[in-house]
Amino acid sequence: MATIATKPETFVGKRIRRREDPRLITGTATYVDDIKLPGMYYAAILRSPHGAAKIRSINIKPALAAKGVVAVFTGKDTEHAGMVPCGAALPGLRVPPHHLLAMDRVYFVGHPVAAVVAADRYLAADAAELIEVDYDVKQAVADPEKALASGAPAVHPQWPDNTAFTFHQEGGDVDKAFAEADVVVKQRITSQRLVPNAMETRGVVADWRAAERALTVFTSTQAPHTVRSLLAQILGLEENRLRVVAPEVGGGFGSKIDTYAEEILMAFVAMKIHKPVKWIESRRENFLCTIHGRGHVDFYEIAAKRDGEITGIKLKIIQDLGAYLQLLTPAIPTLSVLMMPGLYRTKNVRADVVGAFTNCMATDAYRGAGRPEATHGIERMVDMLAAELQMDPVEIRLKNFVHNDEFPFPTATGLVYDSGDYAAPLRKAMEVVDYTKLRAEQADARRAGKLMGIGICTYGELCAVGPSPATPVGGWESAQVKIEPSGKVTVMTGISPHGQGEETTFAQIAADELGVDIDEILVSHGDTSLVQYGIGTYGSRGTAVGGTALYFALQDLKPKIKKWGAMLLDAEEVTFEGGKCTDHKTGKSVTIQEIAAASYRAMRLPANTDPGLTATHFWEPPNFTFPFGAHLVVTEVDRATGNIAIKRYIAVDDCGNILNPMLVEGQVHGGVAQGLGQALWEQAVYDDNGQLITGEFTDYTMPRAHMMPFIETSHTITPTTVNPLGVKGVGEAGTIGASPAVVNSVVDALSPLGVRHLDMPLTPEKIWKIVSKAAGRTA
Amino acid sequence: MISQSFEYTAPKTLDEALGLLAEGAKPLAGGQSLIPMMKLRLATPERLVDLARLRDLNYIREQGGNIHIGATTTHYEVESSTMLRVKCPLLSATAACIGDVQVRNVGTIGGSVAHADPAADYPATLQALEARVVLKGVKTERTVAAADFFVDTFTTALEPGEIVREIVVPVDPSGTSYQKSYQPASGFAVVGVAARILKSGGKISQVRIGVTGLSNCSYRATATEKALEGKAGSAEDLRAAAALVAQGVEANSDLHASADYRRHLATVYAERALIAALAKA
Amino acid sequence: MTQTIHLTINGTAQAHEVEPRLLLIHYLREVVGLTGPHIGCETSLCGACTVEVNGKAIKSCAMFAVQADGASVMTIEGLASNGKLHAVQEAFWNQHGLQCGFCTPGMIMTVKQILARNPNPSDEEIRHGLEGNLCRCTGYQNIVGAVKAAAKAGA
Repeated sequence: MATIATKPETFVGKRIRRREDPRLITGTATYVDDIKLPGMYYAAILRSPHGAAKIRSINIKPALAAKGVVAVFTGKDTEHAGMVPCGAALPGLRVPPHHLLAMDRVYFVGHPVAAVVAADRYLAADAAELIEVDYDVKQAVADPEKALASGAPAVHPQWPDNTAFTFHQEGGDVDKAFAEADVVVKQRITSQRLVPNAMETRGVVADWRAAERALTVFTSTQAPHTVRSLLAQILGLEENRLRVVAPEVGGGFGSKIDTYAEEILMAFVAMKIHKPVKWIESRRENFLCTIHGRGHVDFYEIAAKRDGEITGIKLKIIQDLGAYLQLLTPAIPTLSVLMMPGLYRTKNVRADVVGAFTNCMATDAYRGAGRPEATHGIERMVDMLAAELQMDPVEIRLKNFVHNDEFPFPTATGLVYDSGDYAAPLRKAMEVVDYTKLRAEQADARRAGKLMGIGICTYGELCAVGPSPATPVGGWESAQVKIEPSGKVTVMTGISPHGQGEETTFAQIAADELGVDIDEILVSHGDTSLVQYGIGTYGSRGTAVGGTALYFALQDLKPKIKKWGAMLLDAEEVTFEGGKCTDHKTGKSVTIQEIAAASYRAMRLPANTDPGLTATHFWEPPNFTFPFGAHLVVTEVDRATGNIAIKRYIAVDDCGNILNPMLVEGQVHGGVAQGLGQALWEQAVYDDNGQLITGEFTDYTMPRAHMMPFIETSHTITPTTVNPLGVKGVGEAGTIGASPAVVNSVVDALSPLGVRHLDMPLTPEKIWKIVSKAAGRTA
Repeated sequence: MISQSFEYTAPKTLDEALGLLAEGAKPLAGGQSLIPMMKLRLATPERLVDLARLRDLNYIREQGGNIHIGATTTHYEVESSTMLRVKCPLLSATAACIGDVQVRNVGTIGGSVAHADPAADYPATLQALEARVVLKGVKTERTVAAADFFVDTFTTALEPGEIVREIVVPVDPSGTSYQKSYQPASGFAVVGVAARILKSGGKISQVRIGVTGLSNCSYRATATEKALEGKAGSAEDLRAAAALVAQGVEANSDLHASADYRRHLATVYAERALIAALAKA
Repeated sequence: MTQTIHLTINGTAQAHEVEPRLLLIHYLREVVGLTGPHIGCETSLCGACTVEVNGKAIKSCAMFAVQADGASVMTIEGLASNGKLHAVQEAFWNQHGLQCGFCTPGMIMTVKQILARNPNPSDEEIRHGLEGNLCRCTGYQNIVGAVKAAAKAGA
């Protein structure tokens, strides 16, 4: 189903094709690397080839003498330029000093050591190669469990236990639950390190105008205002003279929330050389130096009664942090803890997190950020419990779901689930596949010797991040609506979309609220000199929080429009509908264009009313939202090769009200691709020396078109009570639902061989080993 | 990710090109392997001679029961050649498995063969076809059997100053198939098996099997070939023969496939190739 | 060390002095000013830099500009004519075949090639044809849909 052909009268809920697309499909959009300023220089960054080493000396002279080079900077130059920020606060957190360039040690492969500035990128690359660094290589540790073992090399010599923090959370009476349990299932479950791999790598252009004390930074970011505040703080600049622009941004998936060393470094360089400077990350650098996701080793225990009632969950998380703490690094596993009960009623939970330093790139928020790990864990455990109790995975889920009459439901981890009908998407998914028939088919297939699996995941997630007290930088969002003198409507949103499509969905909201055609609306974002302060796009918050701020800004404007309408119509009371104010006594009306013109011309003012038609609204959400859904996956395993074929992929998601079904489906498709990627293919593998051996597309398997199944999407709709739009958020849903559904399916396929758990990614060789071992047993 | 500086020449004639190569320049054909290596500075040639512009190296023509394919013929030209699809379908089917649409548009058979990537597709098929590789130097021209041409990883029978001039394959009446286990990230072959089967009087009269990806160098699986000749070609025959495909071969091992798994895959894909080839024989 | 190259780019004759090591993608983006084709990797595995050289889709990050001397090049910017979108562009728009848009110019140029050779591809042929182009946003489903829609529209 494509876009609707004829223009509708209202826009919300319709398949409106995107307003951002014309520039993107014609190649005329402006990404960071498309920006060229007069007199601009190019920076290349020399990076550590070692996972751990002391720097004995650095000789920059050959680089300084190279053709086209204007400056070379090392750690000594940037020592006092400030630190890369960590915004997350946990009790007792050890935050290693994170200089822009390495001081006397390097802590991971890719650690920036020197920056070379030259007339073009070719000359900068040539010169970077000429820098001589004398390293005293030390033993690295790249595995979080090994890092926590006694005698492990210390990532940071001052903290020999490699422990950045521990975190404990508990609810209910866990000991009692486990003491009284009929059955306890235990499992170690990993969620491997992943590389976000937005198709556009990071990049920065910095431009310093000394006479104006003004710095402009173009950067590929999800949160331009946060970058501005942090740059101002770090570099001691005046925030009102600092302009940060997120131009077109080619994907982020969480990896562009942080303020990175290179953003601060390029600002520093521009101020030193008094010329604009550009740095564009290579894909190799993106693999090495942009945050990674996941990196969990989880130890689960789940307690239950014989009838399948889950009575308690214990979880120990070892979080692989990497060498440094980026903006949100230590906070991510705490999100896993919050969501550890999933959709289930149990009130007895205990979680212990250990954050482990390793000689690797930092982990941080990657699509789902903590919730995919939690969902993967609980959904695997529930399946294992079902197997233990010989129950159907559907039955055990239905038995433990939070009931519809229990919302708002306070969870064992202190959250309040807003609204839900958790059985609805599961039932819908079962209907789509005819579950009973499918299980019968599976029984036939098994008799015929085939390894067919059916996997279910019923996920819940925490979205619309979020109430300010729960976030490091504020969780509200802002919107400004300006009705221009001609009646054209400009919306400024504080979020910073980079593919999600809010230029369209927000235009839909504004068009309907104002009763005007969608072409009257322009949605702008991403430039701190144009847009009021905002938080940005992540945590599935764009529409649920940013859209709600827009909704309220539009409501703020309506009384003013009506005052002007009433004055122009000489009426005591008017209604505002269909882009017009109407006096129902006389039947006369005045259009929004006429009202706008009058409000700016201001020949006459309504009582207690100022000229102009603008409104700005900052909205603080009272709670997160909690979308949910059910994914059902049918797989078949090829005994000969271990290859996994996905026969069907059903995604039923409930993200509350849907503003544009086409965009919601797109988010689900893309999310599922990333979840499937984790389940089957993707892995950031460091060797014992801290070398990233899957550090290019040649070895890191990205999902490609021919590897992806057709995804059958559908929805149930349970509006949230948290915001008036009733929307919950859908950016991360697909990713969260996919990995457990796929793994549960493959475990189900292999269950006749005695398999009860598999860690990701489910590579063909891993599967083949299991199948051939089982064949050996039966032979 | 920028290559070092180099000199570039695009000669008009083969002789001119060979003269430059004799002076130590490196040949550039489609560049689909060389250029990424240069960008990563894993290859740092000082002088490149562009062979892709030499018209007289771009041809596919039949001559005396053989098909001659000029070195700069692209994978797409091999894949889409009507003549090859009819007279040597194994080669065009193999070309269709290389890289992707864009790579096949530029990459050349001569360049690929001369590069001798142990995970490349062509070598398996050229081994199975008992193809000949014609090598040209300034004053020399010699023909080498595929089995002798591929020596080791990135190592061939080419002498300094020599280029691959053409590949010669037979007009092939066999039933054929190329079966490949894809390295999922790069699309190269974890293992690739090319099979040719001729039948006569209801029995398999000749079998040729070429294998790539398994070890440092492509090879003919002669044990498998011998095991099938004279057989009826039952499922059991094929399976038993395929099981011999990795015999005596030292298998490579990497993140995507251990040596054991690779050897196993070789037998699986050999069986699949044999089944498909026999069906067409 | 520089050499003069002559090309026709999107129908316009161009001549420039370039270093042999200048990649075609950098030539197009930095010298000619056509920033539609993008750079997504350095191993020629993402396809974001795909342009047409003499009617064939190629990865312009795996070709030096000097190799394209004398060629006719078309980039995404040359696809729409007289302000009218090409059917493949229109189909990507209608089918929501893009999100962040970074892979889109290369994706569209590849699709143009696929359809030129096979006007009615099956789903499998489409997916196989897109092997050399990475997209991290769409899960490819709506891209496949866009290719089918463009085929139907006779692209």
